[in-house]
Amino acid sequence: MQRIVYFDNNATTKVDEEVKKEMEIFFTELYANPSSMHYFGGQVQKYLDLSRQKISELLGCLPEEIIFTSCGTESDSSAIYSALKTNPDKRHIITTAVEHPAVLNLCKHLETQGFRVTYLKVDENGMIDLKDLENALTRDTAVVSIMWANNETGVIYPVEKAAEICKKRGVLFHTDAVQAVGKIPINLSKTDIDMLSISGHKIHAPKGIGVLYVRKGVKFSPFLIGGHQERGRRAGTENVPYIAGLGKAAELALKNMEKENTYVKNLRDMLEKKISENIPNIKINGLNSPRLPNTSSVSFGYVEGESILLLLSEKGICASTGSACSSGSLEPSHVLMAMNIPFTYAHGTVRFSLSVYNTEEEVDYVVRELADVIKKLREISPFADGKPLFGLDVCETHKHHH
Amino acid sequence: MWNYTEKMMEYFKNPKNVGEIENPDAVGEVGSIVCGDALKLTLRIDEKTHKIIDAKFKTFGCASAIASSSVLTEMIKGKTLEEASKITNQDIADYLGGLPEQKMHCSVMGMEALEAAIENYYTKKGVKRIIGEQERVVCKCFNVTEKTILKAIELNNLKTVDEVTHFTKAGGGCGGCKGEIEKIIKDFWAGKEKIDFNSMTVVEKIKIVERILNEDINPKLKADGGFLELVDIEGNKIKVKFLGACSTCPSAGLTFKDVVQKDLKNKINGEIEVVLV
Repeated sequence: MQRIVYFDNNATTKVDEEVKKEMEIFFTELYANPSSMHYFGGQVQKYLDLSRQKISELLGCLPEEIIFTSCGTESDSSAIYSALKTNPDKRHIITTAVEHPAVLNLCKHLETQGFRVTYLKVDENGMIDLKDLENALTRDTAVVSIMWANNETGVIYPVEKAAEICKKRGVLFHTDAVQAVGKIPINLSKTDIDMLSISGHKIHAPKGIGVLYVRKGVKFSPFLIGGHQERGRRAGTENVPYIAGLGKAAELALKNMEKENTYVKNLRDMLEKKISENIPNIKINGLNSPRLPNTSSVSFGYVEGESILLLLSEKGICASTGSACSSGSLEPSHVLMAMNIPFTYAHGTVRFSLSVYNTEEEVDYVVRELADVIKKLREISPFADGKPLFGLDVCETHKHHH
Repeated sequence: MWNYTEKMMEYFKNPKNVGEIENPDAVGEVGSIVCGDALKLTLRIDEKTHKIIDAKFKTFGCASAIASSSVLTEMIKGKTLEEASKITNQDIADYLGGLPEQKMHCSVMGMEALEAAIENYYTKKGVKRIIGEQERVVCKCFNVTEKTILKAIELNNLKTVDEVTHFTKAGGGCGGCKGEIEKIIKDFWAGKEKIDFNSMTVVEKIKIVERILNEDINPKLKADGGFLELVDIEGNKIKVKFLGACSTCPSAGLTFKDVVQKDLKNKINGEIEVVLV
């Protein structure tokens, strides 16, 4: 098998060996339904409690504030729908222009259902202005949903302050913390955050398991209705093996938090430094904002992201792009557009997201191959390195509307 | 991940004819960095035979844009401008073993660059060529003209706005022109729908012919003071009569052939027979 250098940990992560091991017993041995009356079932129930305990330690909350879901998207939908259902007279939602589609597209859908949505803008550093939030809050606002950290740029948002503002105004606050959990310390008991979403597969647990944190005392209306699981807050037989795996992953994430912010951060900084030194005409996005320690969004001028990714992929290097062509849409990602990244750069944006499994040697390998790839594509590009941009003035007059 | 063919990946990884010809005989530039892809095609053309002796490209864009540009240069080398001008975007896509539908605009870009280069060559030579009538820009985000859209619809049998976006990018930005694209598609196909005239009832036949006479043909004749009347329909045979100025006009015969027969056949089907009585 070809060598794989995996720098795409914001997309998904490798399941940790310990997590995998933790799960095994629940497939063929401890397979009982935790809701069953018999001793066999009761035995399994204990493991759910244990996982809940471990996750609450990672988040700094109470175990009973944890609801297991199937994924981050389910957590986001559950939180926002619950806020709307428990505030039936309020029809306004506030979120940001740079949310993950799990929140953004839900809000767009809700707009078609008669809700009004305010999308907070970001500046060229990808940062929101809390004054905009204060100005947007009205008596009609049911919920504010702001991501803790952005998946494309790694920019960290001041959600604790935002939650404080919302609390003062009596508005529910939800945060999509899918990218932040495990990468930056979180202590929910010290915040006014009402609801928070997690996805297991971003922290070395498998895909198909998530968590919704709902602060004690916050009214909750379930998304899935049926059995009494999760104290009536999320029906459906518990995904026991994955819940156990997620508990283990949470334990490891807490243990690795320091490494994430020293070792991984060093690798990321080294990657950016070496890219800056070896490749001309680049731009690191969100550099002037607080960022996750593992994420780097780099725009390469005059070349296109999908081409970069495919040539990197030939060398076994996995990364992501916010460029238009990779997704089949025709414009660069909504995050880059919201940040007003110039088009000469936006189309050539690559996201590298690291984990504790990456090494310095891998960073060197990536920079070496990347320099070749960019050089090759710039040789093909009619725009590269200071040549006149023949078509630019043709299109520049046409503003891309949003 | 896109389902790219091996051939396409090969042309992307090892593109042929990258570069720019110095002092080229023709240059075709399409797209822009804002739009996400752009192609500069330079040609060396034999003045006597009008054959393309050499072709080079420079492309900014995704893998399929680079591969499409590269095969285009291969396809046109050795061809005369006349032969090369017959290459369509579908030919480019076929050469690559097919492209994902959302990437078809890459092949359209190749075809457009070639058209632009040929145009450029003749302009340089001082040869005046008929420029298309529909240069109106429909999609302002990606600078796509009505001509490009109509050509893509016709060549690729496009029926929906999404398909037009996949092939031309039009409508893929702010989406403000989607309504207009829909109308262009509708109008285009309205003229192409084949009608099973023969199995219609006489009343249905009369209605459809009357409608075409009133909406399409008579407005044209009216300008010259003429008028066309339906006399009878027998099976596939439509009998009509000129009235007014047309009845005595010496070029009425030509009008009948160029306007009346053509319009009716286009709107109904090619099997009908139109006769003057």
